[in-house]
Amino acid sequence: MRTRFQQGLDELKERLLEMGGLAESAIELASESLRKRDGRIAQEVFEREKLINESQRAIDEMGVDLLAMQQPMATDLRFVLAVLKINSDLERVGDLAVNIAQRSLNVAQEQELVIPVDIARMTTAVSTMVRRALESFLSAKSDVAQAVLQMDSIVDRMKDEAFITLVAQMKKDPERIRIYMDVLLITRSLERIADHATNIAEDVIFWVNGTDVRHNSRVATEPDSDRPASQ
Amino acid sequence: MGVGIEVNNLNAWFGKAQVLNEVNMKIGPNAVTAVIGPSGCGKSTYVRCLNRMHETNPDARLTGSVKVGEMEIYAPGTDAVDVRRRIGMVFQKPNPFPTMSIYDNVAAGLRLNGFTRRAELDAAVESSLRMAALWEEVRDVLKKKSGASLSGGQQQRLCIARALAVQPELLLMDEPASALDPISTGKIEELIFQLKTKYTVVIVTHNMQQAARVADYTGFFLMGKLIEFDKTEKIFTTPSDKRTEDYITGRFG
Repeated sequence: MRTRFQQGLDELKERLLEMGGLAESAIELASESLRKRDGRIAQEVFEREKLINESQRAIDEMGVDLLAMQQPMATDLRFVLAVLKINSDLERVGDLAVNIAQRSLNVAQEQELVIPVDIARMTTAVSTMVRRALESFLSAKSDVAQAVLQMDSIVDRMKDEAFITLVAQMKKDPERIRIYMDVLLITRSLERIADHATNIAEDVIFWVNGTDVRHNSRVATEPDSDRPASQ
Repeated sequence: MGVGIEVNNLNAWFGKAQVLNEVNMKIGPNAVTAVIGPSGCGKSTYVRCLNRMHETNPDARLTGSVKVGEMEIYAPGTDAVDVRRRIGMVFQKPNPFPTMSIYDNVAAGLRLNGFTRRAELDAAVESSLRMAALWEEVRDVLKKKSGASLSGGQQQRLCIARALAVQPELLLMDEPASALDPISTGKIEELIFQLKTKYTVVIVTHNMQQAARVADYTGFFLMGKLIEFDKTEKIFTTPSDKRTEDYITGRFG
């Protein structure tokens, strides 16, 4: 058993989960800043994003060191590759939380405005996807990751519905088009976060099963016609 | 051109100890196949069975069949010396004939096979040394320097040139770079990659990164059995057998 190597893998996992926690709370805070129309909460999102960016650099460095120094193979190689990809996804989740927080500052100017779409419901769905994707990573369970993939279409539908509602509202209340645009872009950011959660789930499936399920493909576990014969 | 290899139900013993157990493997022509596994797994015995070198040990015996191209190498009446001429072998430790010049080292096999015409020998020596990526380094000292005067990496490439001179159909290499520094190892690996355009190559290595770098196919042996045989990228990214996974990730034992 390569103890130092195993420690490196464990540390990498821990750091990524820590970063996942930061990304998850950034989404929650961004949504809260919108709900409460509170600029101070938005400020917390900006602080959180700095920590996420620092984590991204540290995790990249650790992953590259493990690749260079330990030459991982098979499941370990897939694990490090998955971590490096999930790392990028979580960093983007942080950026999108910042986008939501910035838009919520604009919306906060209109304290009396009733937002015509259920952002809280959409946020709950998106946060659940991110949490489940991270749980699947923690527990190495591809069935949990698979469930995340199924949820993506629900969030897509919510975004489409929000689009229709907001466009109708813009026609009815053209003076507030700018604010409705902000809300529309918030739903778009939430939908993009769901896409990143999907990417994370796909990376977990790749790590655990060695299967590439991106773009509805299924590679690596299919029988290989070019495979040589053996006993 | 290289030839394909078909190994069926191969079993091998040293005395009463069985070192290979029902090995089956089919390798296409012009590919590099790596054989990996822990010490004592039977990987060196396996390649020695592919050119009838196993039987040079007085206690050794085997059953099963090995077909190289159209030749069943264990068929009654097949001449072991002819088999070894058609199937070249390079060993872990470079073993040039120490007192012979570089030229004579490469020409030795040809002379044993009855080649005596100077022009033919000159052409074969040059083309073999070129294929072994050694020509430029030794062309001016071909007859002045002995094989033993070369560096370890050069000696190994000389041995490869010597094996190639008799135009084998298959080239076996038993840990050919394990005694070499990283630069010489890189040259040998590059050479193996080039050689597969003309030859079928089987290489035994305990260096998994080397197997990953040079081989198209990899077979994992454990306690005399071929546990898994597949495309190299499959073996090193998503092996099918847990024993392969445990070995290549270092969790073995």
